[in-house]
Amino acid sequence: MAEASEGGLVFHPLDQFIVKPLFGDGPVGLFTITNATLWMAISVLAIVAIFVLGSKGRAIVPTRVQSIAELMYSFVYKMVEDVTGKDGIKYFPYIFTLFTFILFANYLALLPMSFSTTSHIAVTAILGFGVFFAVTILGFVLNGASFLGMFWMKDAPAILRPIIAIIEVISYFVRPVSHSIRLAGNVMAGHAVIKVFAGFAAIGIISPVSIAGIAAIYGLEVLVAGIQAYVFTILTCVYLKDALHPHH
Amino acid sequence: MEGELAHIGAGLAAIGSGAAAIGVGNVAGNYLAGALRNPSAAASQTATLFIGLAFAEALGIFAFLVSLLLMFAV
Repeated sequence: MAEASEGGLVFHPLDQFIVKPLFGDGPVGLFTITNATLWMAISVLAIVAIFVLGSKGRAIVPTRVQSIAELMYSFVYKMVEDVTGKDGIKYFPYIFTLFTFILFANYLALLPMSFSTTSHIAVTAILGFGVFFAVTILGFVLNGASFLGMFWMKDAPAILRPIIAIIEVISYFVRPVSHSIRLAGNVMAGHAVIKVFAGFAAIGIISPVSIAGIAAIYGLEVLVAGIQAYVFTILTCVYLKDALHPHH
Repeated sequence: MEGELAHIGAGLAAIGSGAAAIGVGNVAGNYLAGALRNPSAAASQTATLFIGLAFAEALGIFAFLVSLLLMFAV
Protein backbone atom coordinates (compact mmCIF):
# COMPACT_ATOMS: atom_id res chain seq x y z
CA MET A 1 0.00 0.00 0.00
CA ALA A 2 2.88 2.35 0.74
CA GLU A 3 4.04 2.19 -2.86
CA ALA A 4 0.56 2.74 -4.17
CA SER A 5 0.04 5.86 -2.09
CA GLU A 6 3.19 7.31 -3.56
CA GLY A 7 1.45 7.26 -6.90
CA GLY A 8 3.87 4.93 -8.69
CA LEU A 9 3.93 1.25 -9.39
CA VAL A 10 5.95 -1.14 -7.24
CA PHE A 11 8.25 -1.82 -10.16
CA HIS A 12 8.49 -0.28 -13.55
CA PRO A 13 6.65 -2.26 -16.25
CA LEU A 14 9.51 -1.81 -18.70
CA ASP A 15 12.26 -2.92 -16.32
CA GLN A 16 11.94 -6.46 -17.63
CA PHE A 17 13.45 -5.41 -20.96
CA ILE A 18 16.74 -4.10 -19.55
CA VAL A 19 19.72 -5.88 -21.08
CA LYS A 20 22.09 -6.86 -18.30
CA PRO A 21 25.46 -8.60 -18.47
CA LEU A 22 25.12 -12.19 -17.37
CA PHE A 23 28.38 -12.21 -15.40
CA GLY A 24 29.33 -9.24 -13.25
CA ASP A 25 28.04 -5.69 -13.54
CA GLY A 26 30.29 -4.30 -16.23
CA PRO A 27 29.10 -2.18 -19.14
CA VAL A 28 27.34 -3.90 -22.03
CA GLY A 29 29.75 -3.94 -24.95
CA LEU A 30 29.52 -5.47 -28.38
CA PHE A 31 30.57 -8.94 -27.23
CA THR A 32 29.30 -8.95 -23.66
CA ILE A 33 27.31 -12.04 -22.81
CA THR A 34 23.99 -10.68 -21.63
CA ASN A 35 20.64 -12.14 -20.65
CA ALA A 36 19.53 -11.48 -24.23
CA THR A 37 22.38 -13.68 -25.48
CA LEU A 38 21.44 -16.35 -22.98
CA TRP A 39 17.79 -16.51 -24.00
CA MET A 40 18.57 -16.45 -27.71
CA ALA A 41 20.99 -19.32 -27.13
CA ILE A 42 18.31 -21.18 -25.15
CA SER A 43 15.81 -20.78 -27.97
CA VAL A 44 18.35 -22.05 -30.50
CA LEU A 45 19.13 -25.01 -28.22
CA ALA A 46 15.42 -25.75 -27.85
CA ILE A 47 15.04 -25.73 -31.63
CA VAL A 48 18.00 -28.09 -31.97
CA ALA A 49 16.57 -30.34 -29.27
CA ILE A 50 13.22 -30.67 -31.02
CA PHE A 51 14.29 -30.73 -34.65
CA VAL A 52 17.62 -32.52 -34.57
CA LEU A 53 17.54 -34.73 -31.50
CA GLY A 54 13.78 -35.23 -31.47
CA SER A 55 13.53 -36.42 -35.04
CA LYS A 56 16.85 -38.21 -35.39
CA GLY A 57 15.07 -41.56 -35.08
CA ARG A 58 13.35 -40.83 -38.42
CA ALA A 59 10.58 -43.16 -37.38
CA ILE A 60 7.75 -43.94 -39.80
CA VAL A 61 5.40 -43.72 -36.86
CA PRO A 62 6.74 -40.54 -35.25
CA THR A 63 7.41 -40.14 -31.59
CA ARG A 64 5.74 -37.25 -29.78
CA VAL A 65 8.64 -34.85 -30.26
CA GLN A 66 9.09 -35.88 -33.87
CA SER A 67 5.44 -35.29 -34.63
CA ILE A 68 5.70 -31.75 -33.21
CA ALA A 69 8.65 -31.14 -35.50
CA GLU A 70 6.81 -32.64 -38.47
CA LEU A 71 3.71 -30.55 -37.78
CA MET A 72 5.71 -27.32 -37.74
CA TYR A 73 7.69 -28.33 -40.80
CA SER A 74 4.67 -29.19 -42.90
CA PHE A 75 2.78 -26.11 -41.68
CA VAL A 76 5.52 -23.74 -42.84
CA TYR A 77 6.18 -25.78 -45.99
CA LYS A 78 2.55 -25.50 -47.01
CA MET A 79 2.55 -21.78 -46.22
CA VAL A 80 5.60 -21.17 -48.41
CA GLU A 81 4.13 -23.29 -51.19
CA ASP A 82 0.74 -21.56 -51.05
CA VAL A 83 2.08 -18.02 -51.02
CA THR A 84 5.20 -18.12 -53.17
CA GLY A 85 4.45 -21.07 -55.41
CA LYS A 86 6.72 -23.95 -56.36
CA ASP A 87 9.78 -21.85 -57.11
CA GLY A 88 9.75 -20.35 -53.62
CA ILE A 89 10.40 -23.75 -52.03
CA LYS A 90 14.13 -23.23 -52.61
CA TYR A 91 14.09 -20.54 -49.92
CA PHE A 92 12.13 -22.63 -47.46
CA PRO A 93 15.09 -23.28 -45.10
CA TYR A 94 15.57 -19.55 -44.48
CA ILE A 95 11.87 -18.96 -43.85
CA PHE A 96 11.61 -21.99 -41.60
CA THR A 97 14.63 -20.81 -39.62
CA LEU A 98 13.01 -17.43 -39.11
CA PHE A 99 9.72 -19.03 -38.09
CA THR A 100 11.19 -21.42 -35.55
CA PHE A 101 13.50 -18.83 -34.05
CA ILE A 102 10.73 -16.27 -33.59
CA LEU A 103 8.24 -18.86 -32.36
CA PHE A 104 10.62 -20.31 -29.80
CA ALA A 105 11.86 -16.91 -28.68
CA ASN A 106 8.26 -15.72 -28.27
CA TYR A 107 7.17 -18.76 -26.29
CA LEU A 108 10.29 -18.93 -24.12
CA ALA A 109 9.76 -15.25 -23.33
CA LEU A 110 6.44 -16.19 -21.75
CA LEU A 111 8.18 -18.20 -19.04
CA PRO A 112 8.22 -16.29 -15.77
CA MET A 113 11.55 -14.56 -15.05
CA SER A 114 12.72 -15.10 -18.60
CA PHE A 115 13.89 -12.42 -20.97
CA SER A 116 11.94 -11.65 -24.12
CA THR A 117 14.52 -11.27 -26.87
CA THR A 118 11.98 -10.55 -29.60
CA SER A 119 10.72 -7.52 -27.66
CA HIS A 120 13.90 -5.70 -28.64
CA ILE A 121 13.78 -3.81 -31.89
CA ALA A 122 17.52 -4.43 -32.16
CA VAL A 123 16.82 -8.16 -32.52
CA THR A 124 13.77 -7.96 -34.75
CA ALA A 125 15.28 -5.22 -36.94
CA ILE A 126 18.14 -7.57 -37.80
CA LEU A 127 15.61 -10.22 -38.79
CA GLY A 128 13.42 -7.74 -40.67
CA PHE A 129 16.24 -5.98 -42.51
CA GLY A 130 17.80 -9.36 -43.25
CA VAL A 131 14.60 -10.33 -45.05
CA PHE A 132 14.45 -6.94 -46.77
CA PHE A 133 17.98 -7.07 -48.13
CA ALA A 134 17.74 -10.74 -49.05
CA VAL A 135 14.51 -10.19 -50.94
CA THR A 136 15.68 -7.02 -52.69
CA ILE A 137 18.98 -8.53 -53.79
CA LEU A 138 17.18 -11.68 -54.89
CA GLY A 139 14.70 -9.64 -56.89
CA PHE A 140 17.44 -7.82 -58.77
CA VAL A 141 19.47 -10.98 -59.32
CA LEU A 142 16.52 -12.96 -60.68
CA ASN A 143 14.73 -10.23 -62.64
CA GLY A 144 17.43 -7.68 -63.38
CA ALA A 145 16.23 -4.12 -63.88
CA SER A 146 12.71 -5.35 -64.64
CA PHE A 147 12.33 -5.82 -60.88
CA LEU A 148 11.71 -2.08 -60.80
CA GLY A 149 8.58 -2.73 -62.88
CA MET A 150 7.00 -3.79 -59.60
CA PHE A 151 6.58 -0.11 -58.77
CA TRP A 152 5.11 0.81 -62.13
CA MET A 153 1.48 -0.31 -62.25
CA LYS A 154 0.60 -1.02 -65.86
CA ASP A 155 -3.08 -1.49 -65.05
CA ALA A 156 -3.45 1.95 -63.50
CA PRO A 157 -4.50 5.03 -65.52
CA ALA A 158 -1.48 6.76 -67.03
CA ILE A 159 -1.91 9.94 -64.99
CA LEU A 160 -1.97 8.03 -61.73
CA ARG A 161 1.04 5.83 -62.48
CA PRO A 162 3.78 8.21 -61.25
CA ILE A 163 1.88 8.93 -58.04
CA ILE A 164 1.30 5.22 -57.43
CA ALA A 165 4.97 4.57 -58.19
CA ILE A 166 6.03 7.06 -55.49
CA ILE A 167 3.62 5.51 -52.98
CA GLU A 168 4.81 2.02 -53.88
CA VAL A 169 8.47 2.96 -53.44
CA ILE A 170 7.77 4.51 -50.04
CA SER A 171 5.76 1.51 -48.92
CA TYR A 172 8.52 -0.78 -50.13
CA PHE A 173 11.08 0.96 -47.95
CA VAL A 174 8.76 1.10 -44.94
CA ARG A 175 8.34 -2.68 -45.12
CA PRO A 176 11.39 -3.68 -43.06
CA VAL A 177 10.55 -1.06 -40.43
CA SER A 178 6.96 -2.19 -39.99
CA HIS A 179 7.99 -5.83 -40.34
CA SER A 180 10.34 -5.61 -37.38
CA ILE A 181 8.44 -3.12 -35.24
CA ARG A 182 5.24 -5.16 -35.52
CA LEU A 183 6.87 -8.14 -33.88
CA ALA A 184 8.81 -6.20 -31.26
CA GLY A 185 5.89 -3.92 -30.48
CA ASN A 186 3.40 -6.74 -30.02
CA VAL A 187 5.68 -8.72 -27.75
CA MET A 188 6.80 -5.66 -25.78
CA ALA A 189 3.25 -4.33 -25.38
CA GLY A 190 1.94 -7.65 -24.16
CA HIS A 191 4.70 -8.16 -21.62
CA ALA A 192 4.40 -4.58 -20.40
CA VAL A 193 0.64 -5.01 -19.90
CA ILE A 194 1.24 -8.15 -17.84
CA LYS A 195 3.71 -6.22 -15.66
CA VAL A 196 1.28 -3.31 -15.26
CA PHE A 197 -1.35 -5.74 -13.98
CA ALA A 198 1.30 -7.31 -11.75
CA GLY A 199 2.00 -3.88 -10.32
CA PHE A 200 -1.66 -3.46 -9.40
CA ALA A 201 -1.63 -6.86 -7.71
CA ALA A 202 0.25 -5.27 -4.80
CA ILE A 203 -2.73 -3.06 -3.97
CA GLY A 204 -4.84 -5.10 -1.54
CA ILE A 205 -8.40 -4.52 -2.66
CA ILE A 206 -7.99 -4.90 -6.40
CA SER A 207 -5.44 -7.71 -6.33
CA PRO A 208 -7.92 -10.53 -7.19
CA VAL A 209 -9.09 -8.59 -10.23
CA SER A 210 -5.57 -7.89 -11.37
CA ILE A 211 -4.45 -11.50 -10.87
CA ALA A 212 -7.40 -12.63 -12.99
CA GLY A 213 -6.35 -9.96 -15.47
CA ILE A 214 -2.81 -11.36 -15.58
CA ALA A 215 -4.18 -14.82 -16.34
CA ALA A 216 -6.40 -13.47 -19.11
CA ILE A 217 -3.67 -11.34 -20.69
CA TYR A 218 -1.26 -14.25 -20.42
CA GLY A 219 -3.67 -16.39 -22.41
CA LEU A 220 -3.91 -13.66 -24.99
CA GLU A 221 -0.11 -13.45 -25.10
CA VAL A 222 0.20 -17.17 -25.80
CA LEU A 223 -2.04 -16.53 -28.81
CA VAL A 224 -0.15 -13.41 -29.86
CA ALA A 225 3.22 -15.17 -29.63
CA GLY A 226 2.11 -17.78 -32.14
CA ILE A 227 0.28 -15.35 -34.40
CA GLN A 228 3.19 -12.92 -34.58
CA ALA A 229 5.60 -15.69 -35.56
CA TYR A 230 3.06 -16.73 -38.22
CA VAL A 231 2.58 -13.16 -39.43
CA PHE A 232 6.32 -12.48 -39.63
CA THR A 233 6.78 -15.67 -41.65
CA ILE A 234 3.87 -15.13 -44.01
CA LEU A 235 4.93 -11.55 -44.69
CA THR A 236 8.40 -12.87 -45.49
CA CYS A 237 6.70 -15.22 -47.96
CA VAL A 238 4.72 -12.33 -49.48
CA TYR A 239 7.85 -10.23 -49.90
CA LEU A 240 9.64 -13.22 -51.39
CA LYS A 241 6.79 -13.71 -53.82
CA ASP A 242 7.17 -10.08 -54.92
CA ALA A 243 10.83 -10.72 -55.62
CA LEU A 244 10.15 -13.92 -57.56
CA HIS A 245 7.18 -12.62 -59.57
CA PRO A 246 7.37 -8.81 -59.56
CA HIS A 247 4.77 -8.35 -62.31
CA HIS A 248 1.69 -9.61 -60.51
CA MET B 1 6.68 21.45 -17.78
CA GLU B 2 8.06 19.81 -20.90
CA GLY B 3 7.96 16.43 -19.25
CA GLU B 4 4.30 16.92 -18.41
CA LEU B 5 3.51 17.89 -21.99
CA ALA B 6 5.28 14.73 -23.13
CA HIS B 7 3.01 12.72 -20.85
CA ILE B 8 -0.05 14.40 -22.34
CA GLY B 9 1.31 13.61 -25.80
CA ALA B 10 1.84 9.99 -24.79
CA GLY B 11 -1.77 9.79 -23.68
CA LEU B 12 -2.92 11.32 -26.93
CA ALA B 13 -0.80 8.83 -28.89
CA ALA B 14 -2.66 6.05 -27.09
CA ILE B 15 -5.78 7.10 -29.04
CA GLY B 16 -4.01 5.44 -31.97
CA SER B 17 -4.50 2.09 -30.24
CA GLY B 18 -8.25 2.65 -30.36
CA ALA B 19 -8.03 3.53 -34.04
CA ALA B 20 -6.07 0.34 -34.68
CA ALA B 21 -8.76 -1.56 -32.78
CA ILE B 22 -11.35 -0.22 -35.23
CA GLY B 23 -9.15 -1.33 -38.12
CA VAL B 24 -8.54 -4.83 -36.74
CA GLY B 25 -12.23 -5.24 -35.95
CA ASN B 26 -13.12 -4.12 -39.43
CA VAL B 27 -10.81 -6.68 -41.03
CA ALA B 28 -11.93 -9.55 -38.84
CA GLY B 29 -15.60 -8.64 -39.05
CA ASN B 30 -15.60 -8.41 -42.81
CA TYR B 31 -13.72 -11.70 -43.03
CA LEU B 32 -16.32 -13.35 -40.85
CA ALA B 33 -19.19 -11.85 -42.82
CA GLY B 34 -17.64 -13.11 -46.04
CA ALA B 35 -16.80 -16.49 -44.53
CA LEU B 36 -20.36 -17.05 -43.37
CA ARG B 37 -21.72 -16.27 -46.82
CA ASN B 38 -19.26 -18.58 -48.54
CA PRO B 39 -17.75 -20.99 -46.00
CA SER B 40 -16.01 -23.06 -48.64
CA ALA B 41 -13.82 -20.10 -49.63
CA ALA B 42 -13.00 -19.16 -46.04
CA ALA B 43 -10.13 -21.55 -45.44
CA SER B 44 -8.18 -20.31 -48.44
CA GLN B 45 -8.38 -16.72 -47.20
CA THR B 46 -7.06 -17.13 -43.65
CA ALA B 47 -3.57 -16.11 -44.76
CA THR B 48 -4.99 -12.93 -46.28
CA LEU B 49 -6.91 -12.34 -43.06
CA PHE B 50 -3.78 -12.52 -40.98
CA ILE B 51 -1.85 -10.29 -43.36
CA GLY B 52 -4.65 -7.73 -43.18
CA LEU B 53 -4.75 -7.98 -39.40
CA ALA B 54 -1.00 -7.52 -39.23
CA PHE B 55 -1.08 -4.40 -41.40
CA ALA B 56 -3.93 -2.90 -39.41
CA GLU B 57 -2.30 -3.73 -36.13
CA ALA B 58 1.13 -2.40 -37.07
CA LEU B 59 -0.15 1.16 -37.14
CA GLY B 60 -1.52 0.80 -33.64
CA ILE B 61 1.87 -0.51 -32.58
CA PHE B 62 3.42 2.62 -34.12
CA ALA B 63 1.15 4.73 -31.90
CA PHE B 64 2.27 2.69 -28.91
CA LEU B 65 5.87 3.25 -29.93
CA VAL B 66 5.32 7.00 -30.20
CA SER B 67 3.87 7.08 -26.71
CA LEU B 68 6.79 5.03 -25.38
CA LEU B 69 9.23 7.43 -27.04
CA LEU B 70 7.43 10.41 -25.53
CA MET B 71 7.43 8.81 -22.09
CA PHE B 72 11.03 7.66 -21.95
CA ALA B 73 13.10 9.12 -24.75
CA VAL B 74 12.01 12.76 -25.00
